[in-house]
Amino acid sequence: MTDKDNGFVVFSGVQKSYDGKILVVKDLNLSIAKGEFLTMLGPSGSGKTTCLLMLAGFETATQGEILLDSKPINNIPPHKREIGMVFQNYALFPHMTVAENLAFPLQVRSLSKSDQEQKVNHVLDMVQMSDFGNRRPGQLSGGQQQRIALARALVFEPELVLMDEPLGALDKQLREHMQFEIKHLHERLGVTVVYVTHDQTEALTMSDRVAVFNDGIIQQLDAPDKLYEAPNNCFVAQFIGENNTLEGTVESFEGDYANVRLENGQVISALAVNVGKVGEKTLISIRPERVETEAERCPEGAQKITGEVLEFIYMGDVFRTRIRVGSNDEFIVKSRNSPSQQRLQPGEMVTLGCMNKDCRALDYQTVNKEVLT
Amino acid sequence: MVSVDSIIGRNSLHRKVQRSLRIQKLRALGLIAPLFIFILISFVIPIGDMLFRSIENQLVSEVLPRTTEYLKSEQINEDWEPPNELFWHLYVDLAIAAEVKLHTRVGSRLNYEKTGISSLFRKSGRSIKRFGADDYRKALTDQIPELTSIDYWELLAEGTKYGYTRDTYNAWKKRLIENDDFSEKTKPSDFLFVVLANDIKSSGTTPSPDTILEEKLLPVISELPEIRFKELFLETDEDWAEPDVWDTIQLYSPSFTNGYYLNSADFKKGSDGPELRPENERLYVLIFSRTLFMSVTITMVCLLLGYPVAYFLANLPLKYANLFLILVLLPFWTSLLVRTSAWKVLLQNEGVINDVLVAIGLISNLERLELINNQTGTIIAMSHILLPFMILPLFSVMKTIHPSYVRAAKSLGATPWTAFRRVYFPQSIPGIGAGSILVFILSIGYYITPELVGGTTGTFISNRIAYHISSSLNWGLGAALGSILLAVVLALYWVYDRVVGIDNVKLG
Repeated sequence: MTDKDNGFVVFSGVQKSYDGKILVVKDLNLSIAKGEFLTMLGPSGSGKTTCLLMLAGFETATQGEILLDSKPINNIPPHKREIGMVFQNYALFPHMTVAENLAFPLQVRSLSKSDQEQKVNHVLDMVQMSDFGNRRPGQLSGGQQQRIALARALVFEPELVLMDEPLGALDKQLREHMQFEIKHLHERLGVTVVYVTHDQTEALTMSDRVAVFNDGIIQQLDAPDKLYEAPNNCFVAQFIGENNTLEGTVESFEGDYANVRLENGQVISALAVNVGKVGEKTLISIRPERVETEAERCPEGAQKITGEVLEFIYMGDVFRTRIRVGSNDEFIVKSRNSPSQQRLQPGEMVTLGCMNKDCRALDYQTVNKEVLT
Repeated sequence: MVSVDSIIGRNSLHRKVQRSLRIQKLRALGLIAPLFIFILISFVIPIGDMLFRSIENQLVSEVLPRTTEYLKSEQINEDWEPPNELFWHLYVDLAIAAEVKLHTRVGSRLNYEKTGISSLFRKSGRSIKRFGADDYRKALTDQIPELTSIDYWELLAEGTKYGYTRDTYNAWKKRLIENDDFSEKTKPSDFLFVVLANDIKSSGTTPSPDTILEEKLLPVISELPEIRFKELFLETDEDWAEPDVWDTIQLYSPSFTNGYYLNSADFKKGSDGPELRPENERLYVLIFSRTLFMSVTITMVCLLLGYPVAYFLANLPLKYANLFLILVLLPFWTSLLVRTSAWKVLLQNEGVINDVLVAIGLISNLERLELINNQTGTIIAMSHILLPFMILPLFSVMKTIHPSYVRAAKSLGATPWTAFRRVYFPQSIPGIGAGSILVFILSIGYYITPELVGGTTGTFISNRIAYHISSSLNWGLGAALGSILLAVVLALYWVYDRVVGIDNVKLG
């Protein structure tokens, strides 16, 4: 993945420690292509923001090299890096009007007044805020401020734009709307975007690739669909989307598949993604929507798992059924609300069906649930 | 939709809301009432009284009512000569005042306006007793012994005939009562006999019911030598011939005066309106401008010293910032007097700073720096004392400036200096405003420190005010200076509001 020759932005063996004892970022190697939308996703304290700050120049890497367009930038001060940045709190200058905010990067670059005006108008148009040039940031709503912050990061036409949880302060609806706007802007302008968030939906919606951070290490770097459907390890499986885990022991291997004996004695077959030798413990990850509550509805070759219904929740478009499987009483099954779909009652014993390619045997590690929220 | 009116009558709802609002208001008033009353009694009323004193001037016309009344119609110029009758009125006024020593107070009051009047009044107050009134008393009481009794005078005063005597007697009696000196055994003063004799003489030709009194007294009175008041006064002190003295009395006869304010601005009252005082008497404009200049200097020094410190504190992690804040606040734990005295030890000619400078050879022993008892001393000591008042508002404002603003500026291409100048500094202006206003207003009225380390050139207007309140006892002038100071502060506050906007002032 460290592709020094091709990458527009390259992290090569980057480490960062604030106190000289704990590494916040441990050996980061990452290459971002020109025009790519890359998201750094991870729980707080995972090192993603530190990476962004190192790229922007506000933190220095303790070790390793950061290249921008093949040039090392470790010793270039932030104001000479030509990187646009959108901050979590927008950081719009409260004592300047919107137009003055937007003209600021142009002024420090000594552009002529008419050029400034033209670019400011252009960028205001781009974010559909043409009428707001004379307002103060304090007079704008959160979403409007967000657009201006975006416009300001783009107005001096940087090739790389960094965004540090830019939608964190918006309410859900606006956030979703802005996600699409940012995505469309990126597509139109073709700039490289490095986006930091702890919201996995946001990451999946917007990105070309997502780097999932935990504990200072990139756990997996992949396109959103791969990340969701084919997580490499337990952390990613848990962190991205909803996930069921079943604990078991590897009994034998059959090609790409491993036979795993669950705690309740059942043996199921799962894709051996990240498991050790026979006899070692593993966690099987199954997405809730890949399980049928009626085994008959599955295609040929599905395997059966028995469990007891604990709770049935009607959510309109879907049903959520909580089932006890072995020692796991948080096994969730999501089923589409179709006329033929059975509505289960608590206490019922069910036979669940799922395909063995949807069961992924991953590394055995206990994941702190609180980290994930 | 069901409207409110249909559930309960509109009026009754309205009443209920009104009632609950009224109760809230009353409760709020109740909470602030104790402090409000305290401030009213201990602060607002005394200040109002003080401000009133700066224009109040009733003393002269109260103590010298006849003289000032007579002077009202006089045109005093350089060639004017005080007429005889004026001295007669002055005699009566002074005689009443001298009974309770009031003449010295009028003397000192007028002395503020023209030096020498105080001693003139004191001297005259003593000498009028030797103007021969005792001869009148003896002669009159020989004829009518009852005249020695106060009861007889009470009867006389009830009559309508001798108006001047009646008024004089009542005024005299009032002064004595005020002074707790009046009883039935009080003997009528000598000058009252002169007044009575004068009255009888001038009304003797017309028939009257008091014929017995006149029959008995008129012959005696005509034999008595006439008292030549003008000559006697001029013998006592020839200043009484000076038109200037009378001019001053005339100028300060009205109950209200702008004299104190004119005085505060180095003007004085002249017969043709205010005129500038001679150069050697000008003082207050100098002290006011010095006070303003030094306050501005101290504010600037505090700002220059305090801004970097506040910036440093605001960018420290909280636990260290709190530690350093305690260091900033440490001076508050010792008394102001102690701190100022410490500066005396440090700054004086044989003090620590000079000793060190001599010891390391920076200056020779003969050219020790004069750091105290001048403006330098006041500026150094007051800047130190007022510095926390600058640092604290700056700190609390800077604390609210998120580091991402400067980061944003840098990421947009601004050099660190531009980022500071265009983004950080403008956002810290509310703190600068608050700190500067606080330090400036505190320093413009500062008293203790300039008093102790200011010598003669480093004192403030407040030191003059204190001098007039406690030493020269010219309260009116002190009050006028105080109200000018208040007005200057309010005016500056207004200007500041216009220029910076008071909404931009934040203490945290």
